Amino acid sequence: MDTILEMLEELHEDVDFEECDSLVTDGILDSFDIVTLIGEIADEFDVRITADRITPENFNSLESIWSLVSELLDE
Amino acid sequence: MKNVLEYIENTVGRVPDKTAYSDGEESMSFSEVYNCARAVGSYLLHTDAGGAPIAVLTGKHPHAIACFFGIVYAGGQYVPLDDEMPEIRIGKILDNVCPPVIICDSKTAARAEAFARDHGCRAVLCGDMFAHEIDADALARVRRRQIDTDPIYMVFTSGSTGVPKGVAACHRSVIDYIEALSSTLGFGEDTVFGNQAPLYFDACLKELYPTVKFGATAYLIPKSNFMFPVRLVEFLNEHKINTVCWVVSALTMISSTGTFDTVKPEYLKTVAFGSEVFPPSQLKIWREALPDCEFFNLYGPTECTGMSCYYRVTDELSDDEPVPIGEPFPNTDVMLLVWGEDGSARPAADGEEGELCIRGTPLTLGYYNNAEETDRAFVQNPLQTHYRELIYRTGDIARYNARGQLVFVSRRDHQIKHMGHRIELGEIEYTAAGAAGVTNVCVIYDGGDSKIVMFYTGTASKRELSSYLRGRLPRYMMPNVMISLEQMPLLPNGKRDRRHLSEIYKNSENA
Repeated sequence: MDTILEMLEELHEDVDFEECDSLVTDGILDSFDIVTLIGEIADEFDVRITADRITPENFNSLESIWSLVSELLDE
Repeated sequence: MKNVLEYIENTVGRVPDKTAYSDGEESMSFSEVYNCARAVGSYLLHTDAGGAPIAVLTGKHPHAIACFFGIVYAGGQYVPLDDEMPEIRIGKILDNVCPPVIICDSKTAARAEAFARDHGCRAVLCGDMFAHEIDADALARVRRRQIDTDPIYMVFTSGSTGVPKGVAACHRSVIDYIEALSSTLGFGEDTVFGNQAPLYFDACLKELYPTVKFGATAYLIPKSNFMFPVRLVEFLNEHKINTVCWVVSALTMISSTGTFDTVKPEYLKTVAFGSEVFPPSQLKIWREALPDCEFFNLYGPTECTGMSCYYRVTDELSDDEPVPIGEPFPNTDVMLLVWGEDGSARPAADGEEGELCIRGTPLTLGYYNNAEETDRAFVQNPLQTHYRELIYRTGDIARYNARGQLVFVSRRDHQIKHMGHRIELGEIEYTAAGAAGVTNVCVIYDGGDSKIVMFYTGTASKRELSSYLRGRLPRYMMPNVMISLEQMPLLPNGKRDRRHLSEIYKNSENA
């Protein structure tokens, strides 16, 4: 989870990612961020996030991104 | 036809109640667009703001388009601004344009009022303008004096000295472009556009004007949909969208994430893309998913009003060759020129690389309040010296392939295309050089991975520099990688050694 936190902090240094659970709904992450995250997660964890999982719910918080990645790692 | 407003005037009587523009939630019919535009025009004329450039700072909403047409009704030029642009950039644009009025909506009102105070002008809600009484006589008086070489808009593009350049285009260039584009891509009354381009770029001409020309419909797809590929395709299907003209990165986001395994666009008939290289592997996925759809690669600089060249993708295209930019639209001429040291030029030989130069009606009026940059880019045709004839030097290097089609090769300078946006690396460097604790800075572009890479020397931390840039550069210009160096590698002539920097980057963990 710390790796993902670092990725997020690289994108927006001024957001408290451990608390925020409305990254998408409040427009904090934009399409650049999502594309960047998907790329970095692919490189770092060797998992492919497919379109059916690129949803607002899965990217709304650090917690939800981490559970998405964990799920993919388990598959 | 000499005025772009004739498009809507010829259409509104035929399909008054049909939806012209919609963002999926709120829509405007042709008669609403027509009446609101005439109200805006009347308002501007009654408040002594006719014939002037008018800034439009609103969300991506049908109302903004009615304002654009309204400004043209008043004989002026619309200057679309983006609510997400950093304050300093908007400030520079307003300094250049000096509009008497900034049109805003309820969401942008506070910001627009602050700008209006700083720049000595008025902020007006578009809703207030729509409610203004239409003065048909005043509008007719403006129309009698309007000619087709009058400018109708200004859009701002990246400038290497840190100041954005405003490209001004006239009725005639827009009409010429819309006619050529519409016949080539086969637009008509049944066309349902799914617009992706922001309204502050000339890229949105493709949807805005054919919609009023044919009585078609354009959906302004909310930006947030472009983050979520399945939702985006569902939006296309929900609104039966059959035509899209998108940047490559929006299309590859769908194809590279396996979206077609979940959902396919059911109505798409025409897919146009441009501004960037479409990786052949991704284009293949699209063509296999939509075998009955036509694909077009479009190419063109803002300085020549939208797009100048097109290529219809066919089976002749092999998997490993770059998608050509094809041939110029009717009534546009493209010359590949090889320039000599003395400023003379000759046409490139068969297969030889040359600078792509454009000739014809689509040439815009140049850069607003910037004669120097205009004269540098818009020059006398060197192959014809008998009368005054300007060509636009794009700075793009191209060649003809064996089939006689134009193929883009590279840039002459440090201008790049990143996520569909045209960026001067110099503008990023210039901006970063202004930060405290930065002594030298150089920016390179990793085209393979689409990353803007910034090198700098000085005491500033990456975090400090990034937060400085965030307040000054549009989001798409932000460096993706920052590398702090002890010393900037230089060439013997004192210039920064970009090749060496590119090696440092490739050997770093960021590549």
